[in-house]
Amino acid sequence: MSTVDLADATTSVPTLRFVDRVNPATRLAAAMVLTTPLLLTVDWVSAAIALGIQLVLFALAGVTPGLLVRRTWPILVAAPLAGISMLLYGRPSGTVYWEFWLAKVTDGSIQLAIAVTLRVLAIGLPAALLFLRVDPTDLADGLAQVWRLPARFVLGALAATRLVGLFVEDWRAMSLARRARGIGDHGAVRRASTMAFALLVLAIRRGSKLATAMEARGFGADAPRTWARPSTVGAPDAVLVAIAAAVAAAAIAGAVWAGTFHPVWA
Amino acid sequence: MDRAPGAAGPARVDATGWGWRHAGRRRAALQGIDLRIHPGERVLLLGPSGSGKSTLLHALAGVLGGDDEGEHHGRLLLDGRAPAEARGRAGLVLQDPDSQVILARVGDDVAFGCENLGIPRDETWSRVREAIDAVGLDLPLDHPTSRLSGGQKQRMALAGAIAMRPGLLLLDEPTANLDPVGVAEVREAVARVLDRTGATLVVVEHRVDVWLDLVDRVVILGADGRLLADGPPSVVLDARREALAAAGVWVPGVPLEVPEATDAAAPGAGPAISTESLGIGRPRGAVLHEGLDLVVPDASSTVLTGPNGAGKSTLALTLGGLLAPRAGRVVAAPRIARGIGDAPVRWRSRELLSRIGTVFQEPEHQFVASTVRDEVAVAPRALGLAPAVVDARVDEVLQRLRLDHLAAANPFTLSGGEARRLTVGAVLATRPSAVILDEPTFGQDRLGWVELVRLLHELVNEGTTLLSVTHDAAFIASLGGHRIRLDAQASVAAAAAGRDGRA
Repeated sequence: MSTVDLADATTSVPTLRFVDRVNPATRLAAAMVLTTPLLLTVDWVSAAIALGIQLVLFALAGVTPGLLVRRTWPILVAAPLAGISMLLYGRPSGTVYWEFWLAKVTDGSIQLAIAVTLRVLAIGLPAALLFLRVDPTDLADGLAQVWRLPARFVLGALAATRLVGLFVEDWRAMSLARRARGIGDHGAVRRASTMAFALLVLAIRRGSKLATAMEARGFGADAPRTWARPSTVGAPDAVLVAIAAAVAAAAIAGAVWAGTFHPVWA
Repeated sequence: MDRAPGAAGPARVDATGWGWRHAGRRRAALQGIDLRIHPGERVLLLGPSGSGKSTLLHALAGVLGGDDEGEHHGRLLLDGRAPAEARGRAGLVLQDPDSQVILARVGDDVAFGCENLGIPRDETWSRVREAIDAVGLDLPLDHPTSRLSGGQKQRMALAGAIAMRPGLLLLDEPTANLDPVGVAEVREAVARVLDRTGATLVVVEHRVDVWLDLVDRVVILGADGRLLADGPPSVVLDARREALAAAGVWVPGVPLEVPEATDAAAPGAGPAISTESLGIGRPRGAVLHEGLDLVVPDASSTVLTGPNGAGKSTLALTLGGLLAPRAGRVVAAPRIARGIGDAPVRWRSRELLSRIGTVFQEPEHQFVASTVRDEVAVAPRALGLAPAVVDARVDEVLQRLRLDHLAAANPFTLSGGEARRLTVGAVLATRPSAVILDEPTFGQDRLGWVELVRLLHELVNEGTTLLSVTHDAAFIASLGGHRIRLDAQASVAAAAAGRDGRA
């Protein structure tokens, strides 16, 4: 029986210079430091500055154009789609170039469309690329050992990710079984609801067995726990967070200087 | 709590008048258990389904839960302490290989128990390597656990347990879901571990012959949750052989009362389902086999055997019209297709019902209704039969499979044997010309097994074509009139029936 292999996702990915030496938990922090300020303003300058610097930095880390397209194509597709909807339905202002029913292309909506497209890219690309090679186990180790999140919570969530692959298999088998049972022709909604119920039952059963197996191995005791895999932070971690902060600062400063800074609360 | 890393040595178990009642149940799962297990003893724990064997094992492992899970009477002690207070003294391996994989890499999974016991890092890894070596798992520490076979997963769980250096090893039907190769692997690993550690062993298992050479004591629980017998294996088994067999335990030396396989297909009986240069594989998955030319003979029983991962289930689903061929064709004979084209995968879901029925390996995958009665009625209703006819068919099937007393029960609450009978019954209700079964005897106790095999013989005698994916030697001996063997490579050998041709 083959299960969906979460480990496979990380084995075929090329290495990234520098980023790979940073603890996964720190990469999560860096992504938040970098993208949170970009969520606070809707202008094209800050997004363009951030995106420009990011592309240079990721190219230095070893991200080739081919790799960029392969690993981030959903973002590359989503960004212009978000832009087009802004172009047609964004708040109109200035010259009207084209109009059809509710859709209206104006100076304002063109500007908004560019800003939104750049912003989706500037937020989505670093998030995807920083986590290119993150193994869930390593991330959990970082969250528990470096960030000191409760081990019970982190390891419970980590073990649960093992079950996801089983659920995918369950769902496939159940769809075939629906066809074999004579209810595969019509009523997709009703069929999906019986499958969702069965999956819930299986999930609870598997989950309680997994919990028993973990408890039998001493999990959940009050005694202090050791960690077989060290998860540490060092100079590269500090550098990555500093870079992230600098990029965000440059983007916001550039927008303020250009006079386009427009916070979402204003 | 004693968590000293070197606190090894076999453990002692003392139970005095011990009993347990699950919260919300009227009847006690176990009661009045008086049992002393000396350090280093190896005990096989037997009993019918529902006699509380697993409950006793969970109690010894200290994972039965607190007062909100149930209430206990008497005393149960592990080395003189309550088992829950003695974490790490008992190591537990459960039945389902998939549900006890905890982490993504083999080494991390085995190290998990040591971490929880607070073992220092260097010692953890030396224990992990030692444990993996002891169970004969010759794999790198970063090997993905998702790529392990069932037998390998069970050996990994065993390694995870013994890395904690437990004085008591508890095995809860560790081989019930494995093929014969996996069973042998796990049994050998347990034997090696016991020789190295001298740990006390308590193993629950329906199949007595697997463990008989390894244990020096047999304890039997009765259906009422009380101790029924206790002593050396030969004495206890000799005295209780028939009673145990009647309770569903696989005792060696009690003949299975089922017909032997015969080459039942009359000469001239053509194929029911055949293939032409068939290629099989899951959608978007790799092609597992190409160029398969097979014949499933009409109105007789055929078994499909071969090693794990060879693609037997995929082949069965393809023959049953549920997966599309990746190349070539599956051809249903006119007697089965009855005028709607000979490719089963092109048939509509409703058209499959009276032609080819498929019984899945996991009953839960095919349950769609909230009562046993509705479960059987789903397919006849989908066929568009009149309500009176549906009722008559459902009654007939429920009676035949002795499920009538459970008609109002939810399918998800049935025991393993009942669930299996229901899945077969739900398929029979539309009287398909051919029935395909995937590992129908997995995890079945002796009673469920005999019942199922007899039923399948009846179907063949009535003219139904059967194809069963199986590893079960006794099943093959009884229903392997025709045998198809699928090997891991792209080659297929169809072996004719015969005593000597047993896979």
